[in-house]
Amino acid sequence: MSTTQTEYLQDVADADYEHGWTTDIEADTADPGLTEDTVRMISAKKEEPEWLLEWRLKAFRYFKKIMEDSSQYPEWAHLKYVQPNLQEISYYSAPKRKARYDSLDEVDDELLETFERLGIPLQEQKQLAGVAVDAVMDSVSVATTFKEELKEAGVIFCSISEAARDYPELVRKYMGSVIPYTDNYFASLNSCVFSDGSFVYVPKGVRCPMELSTYFRINEQNTGQFERTLIIAEDDAYVSYLEGCTAPQRDESQLHAAVVELVAHDNAEIKYSTIQNWYPGSKEGEGGIYNFVTKRGLCKGDDSKISWTQLETGSSITWKYPSVILKGDRSVGEFYSVAFTKGHQQADTGTKMTHIGDDTKSTIISKGISGGRSNNSYRGLVRVNKNAKNARNFSQCDSMLLGDRCGAHTFPYIEIDNPTAQVEHEATTSKVGDDQLFYCHQRGLNEEEAIKMIVNGFCKEILAKLPMEFAVEARELLAIELEGSVG
Amino acid sequence: MGARAMPQRPRASPLPFLMQRFQQTSHEYFYTPMALLEVNNLHASVEDTDILNGVDLTIDGGQVHAIMGPNGSGKSTLASVLAGREEYEVSEGTVHYQGEDLLELEPDERALEGIFLAFQYPVELPGVSMMNFLKQAINSKREHLGEEEIKAADFMKLMRERAELVNLDPKLMRRSVNEGFSGGEKKRNEIFQLAMLEPKLAILDETDSGLDIDALRVVADGVNKLRAEDRGFLIITHYQRLLDYIVPDVVHVMVDGKIVKTGGKDLAIELEEKGYDWIRGEAVPA
Repeated sequence: MSTTQTEYLQDVADADYEHGWTTDIEADTADPGLTEDTVRMISAKKEEPEWLLEWRLKAFRYFKKIMEDSSQYPEWAHLKYVQPNLQEISYYSAPKRKARYDSLDEVDDELLETFERLGIPLQEQKQLAGVAVDAVMDSVSVATTFKEELKEAGVIFCSISEAARDYPELVRKYMGSVIPYTDNYFASLNSCVFSDGSFVYVPKGVRCPMELSTYFRINEQNTGQFERTLIIAEDDAYVSYLEGCTAPQRDESQLHAAVVELVAHDNAEIKYSTIQNWYPGSKEGEGGIYNFVTKRGLCKGDDSKISWTQLETGSSITWKYPSVILKGDRSVGEFYSVAFTKGHQQADTGTKMTHIGDDTKSTIISKGISGGRSNNSYRGLVRVNKNAKNARNFSQCDSMLLGDRCGAHTFPYIEIDNPTAQVEHEATTSKVGDDQLFYCHQRGLNEEEAIKMIVNGFCKEILAKLPMEFAVEARELLAIELEGSVG
Repeated sequence: MGARAMPQRPRASPLPFLMQRFQQTSHEYFYTPMALLEVNNLHASVEDTDILNGVDLTIDGGQVHAIMGPNGSGKSTLASVLAGREEYEVSEGTVHYQGEDLLELEPDERALEGIFLAFQYPVELPGVSMMNFLKQAINSKREHLGEEEIKAADFMKLMRERAELVNLDPKLMRRSVNEGFSGGEKKRNEIFQLAMLEPKLAILDETDSGLDIDALRVVADGVNKLRAEDRGFLIITHYQRLLDYIVPDVVHVMVDGKIVKTGGKDLAIELEEKGYDWIRGEAVPA
């Protein structure tokens, strides 16, 4: 590796997190610790119906046993970190002024400014055609726009706590139906203490008229964030949803354990895109978000389709496997991922495709880019059940190394119980070549321009899968990450 | 953010240089105009193996120089050293380009100052479209010269024009750089980029290798159209046949990292007839 390249990558690795500050808003924060009382308190604060409290408590009784038995903690991922102490975390935090707003005018100016600094000008977003924003700051939804237009189409888009009050039948029916509270350690934890998140319901035959988008931001010191999102598309419905995250800088590690459940009925399609840019920790590898996410979609109906697209650039630890259960005949599951790690970041991410129905199809394309001293792993399972006839899968996992102190790993698992299945797996690992760099330099491109161009080329097919408006943002984020420019 | 510490250097304007030179030795200035490229006693090695052992070479604007020589004589190394490839260590000698110390410049700075290398083995850049790549290259150069970015329409027009020059299918512009290009397309693509970037010194490193006679003619044709008063060419080739189509002003023969013979275009023909052993025999001192 050339000196200039090393220097450049060093600069990238040393770059400060762009979105590092804490907004000074009075907050209502629970004392640290996880007990039955904590669960009751969260439920009460959110004015939840009785059945939801019962659901949380059932989850808690189950989780309590796991929490107290250290052998239950999942340690199979290729990650090194200190297991978070759940008793030191505060499980509830809400901006104090007012929990719900009818219009932006009622929103605290300082809060709005935070969003502005994050590049989410809500005021402007209202005018921006086709984007509705349900902004979550810490645990309570503060603003929702475009409600009227969605309402006209019959689409429900609100916070999950709101949904539990206003649409209890739907929430009761679907919550935990794809990811039960017994699913895994972090999903169980989330089920007890989930703070807030989005709820989307697209009725039969409706094509959601706009991209739905939510921005999450952790704000209170030492507050775990446990979003829970539920999206349901009825027969012949279509919805595209994007979540984007940033978080302010802090010293102590923060646990983030989200759950996202998707349900697609006959001939429905759900497209779920993520841009994840949580605080990745200092250059010494201290702090940063621990991101343990359970995301799963159920292609419940025939001819249904679920696509996950993700650009993962943040968090100190990423543990995340957006998956699809292909239950309906001819259903389709897709996973497109770019994971970029630098500094001391560690990512263990991938997907699970479970083929149950006949003639189901899944596609997995994963691009990992590692720089600095980071470690980037792809972990994926393709499972074809005994009765799933003619299942097809194509997997491609490409890794790119920027430098020689980082790691790229691929852990593909394939379990086939039906002989008619066709499964393909391709994997490549490449280093940004000195030859490629020299070629670019010889055409007048400097180190930064050259690396940006090569990395963007590497991820191009994934970024192209993001909704138009966000593809630009994604490229920009990737460019910023590569530049390491200080905001 | 600066990608690296880069010495702040005034942009290469010939004027201060000329004035300085005029003040120092005005007499000399009038009689020996500045060469485009001046290589003096250049020694270079890779991984402790000496490859160049004292190369002397002077190219003036408007001239086409050819360097011929047997395999392993150091021809391509010279091209790489001039373009600034990092693996090569220069241990002795000087290179002046437009009067400036070329060896002080980073590879990208050399390119911005007008040095272009047509690669012997063009590199593939997966996912990077030819169009983006060239646009960035042109705009980097324009920025360096203090010019505005090229307008999209002008860029497209220029691209179509120059692609025609080397008979390159414009559809290739939508593909990734060199990815899935045939051997001939890759070589023509190099000359196309040369045409797009309009360098002052173009170095062609065995551009003829692997080309059939028709492709060779197309490439040579393109180069001939690009010959200009203010542009120098250094053509590195193993065979004489390219020089049938691109007629050089000066032919050098390189053996064991040194230029051992220099002559006119006839030298190439003589060499083709007699082979490199003839030169070797002549070059070895008695």
